[in-house]
Amino acid sequence: MQAFDYAAVRSVDEAVSLLAQHGDQARPLAGGTDIIVAVREGRRQVAMLVDIKGIPEVNQLSYDTAQGLTLGAAVPCYRIYEHQEIAATYPGLIDAASLVGGTAIQGRASVGGNLCNASPAADTTPALIVHRAMCVIAGPKGRREIPVEQFCTGPGRTALQPGEFLVALRMPSPPPHFGAQYLRFIPRNEMDIAVVGVGASVVLNQDHSSFVSGRVALGAVAPTPLLVETAGAALAGKAVSDETIQQAAEAAQAAARPIDDMRGTAQYRRHLVGVLTRRALRGAIQRAKER
Amino acid sequence: MAETTTYKVIGTRPIRHDGVDKVTGRAIYGADVQMAGLLHGKVLRSPHAHARIRSIDVSRALALPGVKAVMTGADLPPAEDRIINLGEGAVNLKYLSNNILAGDKVLYKGHPVVAVAATSPHLAEEALALIHVDYEVLPPVLDVREAMQDSAPLLHENLKTKSLGQETDKVSNVATHTQFKLGDVEKGFQEADVVIEREFTTATVHQGYIEPHNATAMWNPDGQLTIWESTQGAFTVQRQLAPVLGIAVAQIRVIPAEIGGGFGGKINLYLEPIAAVLSQKTGHPVKVLMNRAEVFESTGPTPGSYIRVKMGATKDGRVTAAQAYMAYEAGGYPGSPIGAGMMCIFSPYDIPNVLIDGFDVVVNKPKTAPYRAPGATNAAFASETVVDELCEKLGLDPLQFRLRNAAKEGTRRPDGPTHPRIGYLETVQAALDSDHYRTPLEGPNVGRGVASGYWFNVGLQSSVSINVNADGSVTLVEGSTDIGGTRASIAMQAAEVLGLKAEEVRPIVADTASVGYNDVTGGSRTTFASGYAAIEAAQDVVRQMTERAARIWKVEPPDVTFADGVFHHNNEADQRLTFQEVAAQLGRTGGPVTGRATVAPRGVGGAFATHIVDLQVDPETGKVTVLRYTAVQDVGKAIHPSYVEGQMQGGAVQGIGWALNEEYFYNNTGAMANASFLDYRMPTSLDLPMIDTILVEVPNPGHPFGVRGVGEVPIVPPVAAIANAIYRATGVRLRHSPMSPGRVMTEVLAKG
Amino acid sequence: MPMKVHVQTRLNGEEVEFLCEPRQSLLEVLRDVLGLTGSKEGCNNGNCGACSVILDGVLVNSCCVLGVETAGREVTTIEGIASPDGLHPLQQKFLEHAALQCGICTPGFIVAAKALLDKNPHPTEHQVRYWLAGNLCRCTGYDKIIRAVLDAAQTTEAKV
Repeated sequence: MQAFDYAAVRSVDEAVSLLAQHGDQARPLAGGTDIIVAVREGRRQVAMLVDIKGIPEVNQLSYDTAQGLTLGAAVPCYRIYEHQEIAATYPGLIDAASLVGGTAIQGRASVGGNLCNASPAADTTPALIVHRAMCVIAGPKGRREIPVEQFCTGPGRTALQPGEFLVALRMPSPPPHFGAQYLRFIPRNEMDIAVVGVGASVVLNQDHSSFVSGRVALGAVAPTPLLVETAGAALAGKAVSDETIQQAAEAAQAAARPIDDMRGTAQYRRHLVGVLTRRALRGAIQRAKER
Repeated sequence: MAETTTYKVIGTRPIRHDGVDKVTGRAIYGADVQMAGLLHGKVLRSPHAHARIRSIDVSRALALPGVKAVMTGADLPPAEDRIINLGEGAVNLKYLSNNILAGDKVLYKGHPVVAVAATSPHLAEEALALIHVDYEVLPPVLDVREAMQDSAPLLHENLKTKSLGQETDKVSNVATHTQFKLGDVEKGFQEADVVIEREFTTATVHQGYIEPHNATAMWNPDGQLTIWESTQGAFTVQRQLAPVLGIAVAQIRVIPAEIGGGFGGKINLYLEPIAAVLSQKTGHPVKVLMNRAEVFESTGPTPGSYIRVKMGATKDGRVTAAQAYMAYEAGGYPGSPIGAGMMCIFSPYDIPNVLIDGFDVVVNKPKTAPYRAPGATNAAFASETVVDELCEKLGLDPLQFRLRNAAKEGTRRPDGPTHPRIGYLETVQAALDSDHYRTPLEGPNVGRGVASGYWFNVGLQSSVSINVNADGSVTLVEGSTDIGGTRASIAMQAAEVLGLKAEEVRPIVADTASVGYNDVTGGSRTTFASGYAAIEAAQDVVRQMTERAARIWKVEPPDVTFADGVFHHNNEADQRLTFQEVAAQLGRTGGPVTGRATVAPRGVGGAFATHIVDLQVDPETGKVTVLRYTAVQDVGKAIHPSYVEGQMQGGAVQGIGWALNEEYFYNNTGAMANASFLDYRMPTSLDLPMIDTILVEVPNPGHPFGVRGVGEVPIVPPVAAIANAIYRATGVRLRHSPMSPGRVMTEVLAKG
Repeated sequence: MPMKVHVQTRLNGEEVEFLCEPRQSLLEVLRDVLGLTGSKEGCNNGNCGACSVILDGVLVNSCCVLGVETAGREVTTIEGIASPDGLHPLQQKFLEHAALQCGICTPGFIVAAKALLDKNPHPTEHQVRYWLAGNLCRCTGYDKIIRAVLDAAQTTEAKV
């Protein structure tokens, strides 16, 4: 592995300063399960890793009905699913957080890091998108927030500018009759990168007979995770029925731009988008009814 | 030995002698070896699947502080074109040497070209980046049938096909064409009421041991070379290393560490000559480790293959003829296990007319190495799927069909030998009687499949010595590295003869300077042959101890009987001496007692297995979930049943991985795209149910306790069993392995 | 020559200190600097679990942690599982059930299983399989490993 320097910082300003100083030769280090392996395998070059785990804000994990969920960028997955209230409130996020890697990976890997690694197949990103999550970014010019669906700009690339890093993710409190689910297809039962990932969320009306709104996000079928606006449009105001679900699934299939690679052919992936969108929507609907 | 013998130790389940070291992390595996002044070696490997090496420039690497030496193929003596025998296969010395470090050509991506030694592994890696190799890139050939065409790029300019035993003048990628023939298949097919002919392909698959390869070498100024490593055969390493390095066997001592899995893949030389020469150049011990990508790209996987099988049967279910065309990929150098595959393909059955043509073909992939019953799994996938189709066409239960056609003692194998006493029929009957087979399988999209398999097992050579300790315990010195619990099974056989408890026999696995010659731990031979040696060494101990008891009683040895650990005076009923009491008096009765034996036993018993699998297929994704699995096997006599069960379970699960997800993905430049455990998908604990085992014991008359090798045959049936089950779940027969979800889905959708 | 960092941490209950480069993983530090070779390298990218250790009470792959990140932390390795009084019930059950063949994955499995039983003393078979999915074994097919872990969970001392 190439040699690099290591600095453990204790404040956002310290982190920003070091990242700005070293430009693209410095990366933040949270769980490390992506970046350490990427540097070891020569896929990323770094001169410095800035360990942000000492910054209180990036470790924050809190929920209240007013603010919703505040998820520090370095919070490891296991803390999320072990937090009873958060796990009960955001099962669709737990779906994804408990699938990343395996138990030992989840001991370190964070949702923030999963997002910043910007793999098209990241498991947590579609779940974040369908929960309307926002990225809280700090940089030399101060703070800004952008929706998660705008964060990834290409495979391995993000909207972060020089000196910026992701501090936290914020998710609104789920409204009444809200349900979400994340499903992925992998050849084994764990430890695989998603061949296709689908996040779906719905808001139902009072008697659960129709959709107020819905969101569908896809992973592993485009250069970035995709929010499929047409799928949401196919649901809004329509009756909860197999036909409506099928329309949303077809919209998702049409929006997908999968490639052939060793994890699956484009044709197979497009087929799976339909299957998983239907299944994830049904799961989201079920959770909405139970809420 | 009678089948009704009751044993004191054989058949029990003692804690293995090396167990505590292994559960506490104290056991020393090859990569754990530490010593003063150790340098670290790393290997630069070809990025191209096929290329000529024009030049190599190592000057910048040598200039890096901390780099102590560099070597290439030119630092090995020129290797002759001759065969050396390794036990589980034979190797051509020139090919072996060129595979260790390339000569003028590289033949697969990952082919070693240059090696460096430095003061840290990271520095060694940095040095590799400073080496420049100038390649003339050549077009690669990556598929066995393409490689057999006259138009294919040639890997070796002077490889001439050896056809049916004769050298020909045809330069090609086909190294050998072999044929086995029994009777007249044309006549046999005419007698059949149903004939089925199908084609199959299998992808390249790796043994997947969790421990990567390692070797540490110290080449002393006096010419003595010591190697520490994880290997399946210390003597086999010694005997390959001597000709590769151009030195005498007497100069080499190989000290085997514990080994983290082998399955046949840790027999050939890879790193030892590199570590040795770097040590000689630097005057330091040098440790060389492979990382996981190197293991996938540069060590021997098992062949991808193309197999065509044709079988005919009468309407009452008697097989009249069987024919196979089998082409196996050997990788960059000849030597696939095509012969073994040919020996096994139809061997569970008594078929009067058989014709098998087998081809060993080089392609631009790493040179294949044995993988647990090498060649037999590919073969059984083809033949056992065709058998299943025959059964369906004839309306016969697949196990009843096997009963009707089962090979028995005296049945002739297509390659010539007749089967000795074997237990195939008994495994089929046990499968029929099993709870699994008798339980109806219910639910949507479920299917049950069965398949059988055969592996011939080998005997080869073993040496054991047993030293009697003052307290009547014994130290058993053997030379079979312990991959799966054989220390225990060997010790237990000695304990049985000596009338001792298993714990009172302390086994050690010794190095090449400390024990007599032993062939590899492989070929399902260790419990059989090293156990045989242990039995004879123990009998030698009993003979000598009997003499000592006689001396104590001032009688002759024939006047003393040894039974159940006690010496009895034949003429005085109240006179008895325990083994321990005699052991306490050795100094006074003539000195230390060491028993010894060297064997090359001939009475090898072949192994048969019949597996049953229930699975469910998700009709929308093609994903297969294994619901229930039962492995039935004739194990001869289970010395330590837990470790026999373990072999059956482990082999079955490797077969399940092979069937469902494992394969090498190649891109169009001939590079492996998935050289990592992330995308080379071996089963995890979450992918499997419990694996049930049924141990059928038909003792092998060729071994005092009836032992048959058990380690390899479990990997032979699973791929076919799963293919047959998928058929029953979906109506689709897959004829390519692995039967990964995308492929199952494609076939299911095509069927409509 | 890259500069080494001085790190102090708590390892298997003892205060230790070592020097390492930032690029050296915790796995390398354990094996090459501290001589604790019980944790193994199987893949070096978080896919096999042979390097499993417990960091601040959490199961992690030591190949995905830098040595420098352990400053001020608490690390438990396979060498710290048994006590002077004897083997941990997991280790004992692995032996009784013959849940190891070559043994290379065994340290990782025992550490991972201990982390499971510390959190969930009475897991179901499914929970055990799910938790251990990141630990690869190529020899056993997992059957006897799962049985050993479930049996150890029955033992009341397992929560130590």
